[in-house]
Amino acid sequence: MATTFQSVGLAALGGMLWSGYTDSVKASPLVLRPPGALKEEDFLTACIKCGLCAEACVNRDTNIDKETGLPRPGTLQMAKGGDSVLIGTPFFIPTEVPCYMCEDIPCVPVCPSGALDMASLLDEKEELDITKSKMGLAVVHKESCIAFWGIQCDACYRACPLLDVAITLEYQKNDRTGKHAFLLPVVQDNACTGCGLCEIACVTEKPAIFVLPNDVAKGKAGDHYVKGWDVKDQVRVGDAHSETTTTDISKRDAGDYLNMEVEY
Amino acid sequence: MSLNRRDFLKNSAAVAAAGAVGISVPQEAQAAAAKAESKWRWDKAACRFCGTGCGIMLATKEGRIVAVKGDPAAPVNRGLNCIKGYFNAKIMYGADRLKTPLLRMNDKGEFDKKGKFKPVSWERAFDEMEVHIKKALKASGPEGVANFASGQYTVMEGYAAQKMMKAGFRSNAIDPNARHCMASAVVGFYQTFGIDEPSGCYDDIELTDTIVSWGSNMAEMHPILWSRVTDRKLSNPDKVKVVNLSTYRHRTSDLADIEIIFTPNTDLALWNYIAREIVMRDEKEKIIDWGFVKKHMVFATGPTNIGYGMRREGEKSLKEGKYSKLEMETVSKEMSKVLSENEGKALEPYGYKAGDTMKHTAGTLAHWEISFEEYKKSLEPYTLEYTAKVAKGDPNEDIEVFKKKLQALANLYIEKNRKVVSFWTMGMNQHTRGTWVNTLSYNVHFMLNKQAKPGSGAFSLTGQPSACGTAREVGTFCHRLPADMMVKNPKHRKITENGWKVPEGTINPVGNQHFMKIMRDLEDGVVKFAWVNVNNPWQNTANANHWIKAAREMDNFIVTSDGYPGISAKVSDLVLPSAMIYEKWGAYGNAERRTQHWRQQVLPVGDSMSDTWQWVELSKRFTVKDLWGESTLRNGAKLPNIIKDAKKMGYKENTTMYDILFANKRAKSYKLKESFPQKGYDDTESRGDSRNVLGSDGKPWKGYGFMIHEYLFEEYASFGRGHGHDLAPFEVYHKVRGLKWPVVDGKETQWRFNVKYDPYAAKAAKETGATDFAFYGTLAKALPQGDLKGIKDKNKKSLKNKAKIYARPYMEPPEIPDKEYDTWLCTGRVLEHWHSGTMTMRVPELFRAVPEALCYMHPKDAKEKGFKQGSLIWVDSRRGKVKARVETRGRNRVPQGLVFVPWFDEKVFINKVCLDATCPMSKQTDFKKCAVKLYKA
Repeated sequence: MATTFQSVGLAALGGMLWSGYTDSVKASPLVLRPPGALKEEDFLTACIKCGLCAEACVNRDTNIDKETGLPRPGTLQMAKGGDSVLIGTPFFIPTEVPCYMCEDIPCVPVCPSGALDMASLLDEKEELDITKSKMGLAVVHKESCIAFWGIQCDACYRACPLLDVAITLEYQKNDRTGKHAFLLPVVQDNACTGCGLCEIACVTEKPAIFVLPNDVAKGKAGDHYVKGWDVKDQVRVGDAHSETTTTDISKRDAGDYLNMEVEY
Repeated sequence: MSLNRRDFLKNSAAVAAAGAVGISVPQEAQAAAAKAESKWRWDKAACRFCGTGCGIMLATKEGRIVAVKGDPAAPVNRGLNCIKGYFNAKIMYGADRLKTPLLRMNDKGEFDKKGKFKPVSWERAFDEMEVHIKKALKASGPEGVANFASGQYTVMEGYAAQKMMKAGFRSNAIDPNARHCMASAVVGFYQTFGIDEPSGCYDDIELTDTIVSWGSNMAEMHPILWSRVTDRKLSNPDKVKVVNLSTYRHRTSDLADIEIIFTPNTDLALWNYIAREIVMRDEKEKIIDWGFVKKHMVFATGPTNIGYGMRREGEKSLKEGKYSKLEMETVSKEMSKVLSENEGKALEPYGYKAGDTMKHTAGTLAHWEISFEEYKKSLEPYTLEYTAKVAKGDPNEDIEVFKKKLQALANLYIEKNRKVVSFWTMGMNQHTRGTWVNTLSYNVHFMLNKQAKPGSGAFSLTGQPSACGTAREVGTFCHRLPADMMVKNPKHRKITENGWKVPEGTINPVGNQHFMKIMRDLEDGVVKFAWVNVNNPWQNTANANHWIKAAREMDNFIVTSDGYPGISAKVSDLVLPSAMIYEKWGAYGNAERRTQHWRQQVLPVGDSMSDTWQWVELSKRFTVKDLWGESTLRNGAKLPNIIKDAKKMGYKENTTMYDILFANKRAKSYKLKESFPQKGYDDTESRGDSRNVLGSDGKPWKGYGFMIHEYLFEEYASFGRGHGHDLAPFEVYHKVRGLKWPVVDGKETQWRFNVKYDPYAAKAAKETGATDFAFYGTLAKALPQGDLKGIKDKNKKSLKNKAKIYARPYMEPPEIPDKEYDTWLCTGRVLEHWHSGTMTMRVPELFRAVPEALCYMHPKDAKEKGFKQGSLIWVDSRRGKVKARVETRGRNRVPQGLVFVPWFDEKVFINKVCLDATCPMSKQTDFKKCAVKLYKA
């Protein structure tokens, strides 16, 4: 329980001691935050580094702290110096302890500052629903994922708490053997919570499936591409607006351009 | 040219892949691969794990196995493995490998059952074994010496153990963990075909239109076969149908067109329902192939009041009160049971009704021939209404939807020209009516003439890598001898005794100490010495608390040979370090009758030695005089004194069993050679090795001086050659990627009993005049005549070359959920771990992937009982309890009222909870059904 006391200690000192570092220490863009965390920028402003979320996160007596080798009750850690995470803020590393996606999400309701936004985790019945969380997104690196070699693995698929929803299998014939099939894991962006249970279950030397923060993992098609075959896609581009464009060639006034002689 | 790891892997993989499809590889790539592997030696082997029997390639460098790949030339897996398969090397190199014998001793260095384990020499270990075996023989006769054998033994190990047990100690108390895994399949084969093992082969997968899985999670337990099923489905998604029948949803449902979740034990009703559809609709729709049925089939049945293989009244430990009142609530059903309403209906044709008290007698293999009309009568109860009511396993499923699925399933079987394969594993085998449900599967296939044909047949998949090859074919069961011979049969004993060059009358004719019986005999104080090989009986046997207590508190001596310390070693008195799989020459036989050999790749770790060596060294400690005098069995029968006959054969009173059974003239004819396949490979047993381990006599081990593995294999194989079990010569197996027996004129057999493919069938068919099939198995091929209620005419009628269709009713298991113990418990496995986890839990990758066994539960049940996902609860039965973590998500989705707990995790010791009921005919435990209550821990 040492960690818990430490967290309580942090809570008491938090406001004074840690705030000074906020400007000078840059957080790593690769940090995974607890469920319901606001967007990183807002989160950093809102989080008062009290440690209550980490204190509430108690899930397995079998968890081991990587540094000390001692049991660690939960998933969330409070960043210390050298963690490449903004000191005093909560984060987790899936390959150490993943988020077990507790149904009652004990880490969120205790947040006094709104940095962990409970409203974002409520379902239609106004009940907490951990499947609504978006801590990150699992990404498969195809070249190191042995399922793409044809090997029968799908360990990540079986480990996924939202099996067949967040990770699905795609079947393909294996033409090399002529009688086996590829069972390929595919992560579904809309369902993956970023809990990291797939990452810790991955049997390759360095996980071929890993969770990245949403901002890092995701691209953005933008408003200019609209699925002509899907009416609903218009909703996605609902905020689209027209703007005047400038490129290297259009930055001059038209008259100026025309008054330049054509060289010959 | 230098290669980084990435280039290296790329090159190696490309060469392997190219080899598989026969394309040539650019010379440069080939040279690069050769350079990367220059210090490596690649050699073929069989995978250590499941019954699929994948071929692998092992790379050895400086005495250690450094890499594993799928064997691209292996027909089963074509270069692929499942994730366990790639850790075939890593399993040998866990930090806590046993390296030296360990004996429980007191401070004075004497054996002490309450002492702590301390290292001893091999010589001391054999001294102790000798003393305690002699003590056991004196106290209990041959029945006092037992061996927990294995479906993971190599063929040679099993054969050595079997010889020493049955010819040396004259004890039939040798029984493998395979008893837990496919004994019901075996009795099903015997009863139906008169010969063991499947008629078809894995090629059926590529040739079939329909894959029906009955109580088999192929997706996790046979991943490479599942990958082939997936490929078949992809190749023609509309035509090819996959059906999954189970008591809960698992990954095999992923591909399924139809998923049928049924109540435990009602697979009996489901098979009978399909048979009823076939029989009742036949008149109109001409479904049955009567030409086939009349020519090749007879109908049969047997007694129904056979109990549940639990302890019976009058047994010592029951009398002594070792079973609590709570336990007795279930055990009492062994003697009699009031039939439920559902059972009453099913048993009506057999002369019973609901509310009757069925008096049980101990299970028997007896059966008799009946008419088709009687068989038809037995099917009458299984209407769609009745079957759906009894069998619907998900309380939340609409019964009309369930009925439609049953009809669709029956129609898939019945559809003319549709090929169908039925696969099953533990669901149908671990079953208190396992033999029955196995035979019921063949009924359906036979009536439709969809058996023993390419793409069609009922096919029992095995769990263990050599359940077929060693346990069954070598016959390391209490009742068996090599090549389907039986200890009960005087002719078979004589053939075996002649083959072994031991006097007639050596082999004990009473073979009843099956796996569970050995445990019970330990508890009753009959078995005084037990040796565990390649097996973890104290973790894998149901109702474990009793057996742990028996091991630790009774006057007995338990020895465990293993690579790693597990529960069985922990309760033992002596622990022996065993050479693991590729540290010895070996052979395995997979589920499709494919025998595969490998050579010793590396020297064993520490001072460990193979189980073959351990058996052969033990045989040096016993002479003719020690073992072959008269002894009395507990049934009062006497084993004759055969010392005189032994002397006539040229043996002396002090000739050792080593000289007779292992280092005889025939053995010595298998020479050590500097040619293929021996050249360049270690052979610790035959040649000794550079470790110079101090052996059983305290001197450095220098080898037997003859090729003992070839000898053991060839002598064993000689029993089956010419009798439908033909194996190829030893050397051939080192050149090929396994062969499916019978191997006749150098050719393997894909479909047995089918005249087109099986030379034995062709030969038998010449006698009968048939042109298509001959079911030439010879066991139980003459039957008395009768009806569903019993035998009417004791005169036996021959049914040579025919197979049997059985009338067998639906019955309930002995323990079903009630008010207090309100939930079904089903146990099983996960892909990531092998059996009791002694090997795979030591592989970091696999440990990380699945670090603990979870209790899979329906979310509504969890909510009602107030359990949070991930919280710890007690799973508690009348016998014992364990703590496990609630999992309401993930790979297994159980219906309300049932929980599933895998058994690999010794920390979640689920066999303390399980009931030790067995199929009374096959003696295989039903690990799939008992009643538990659940509460917060």
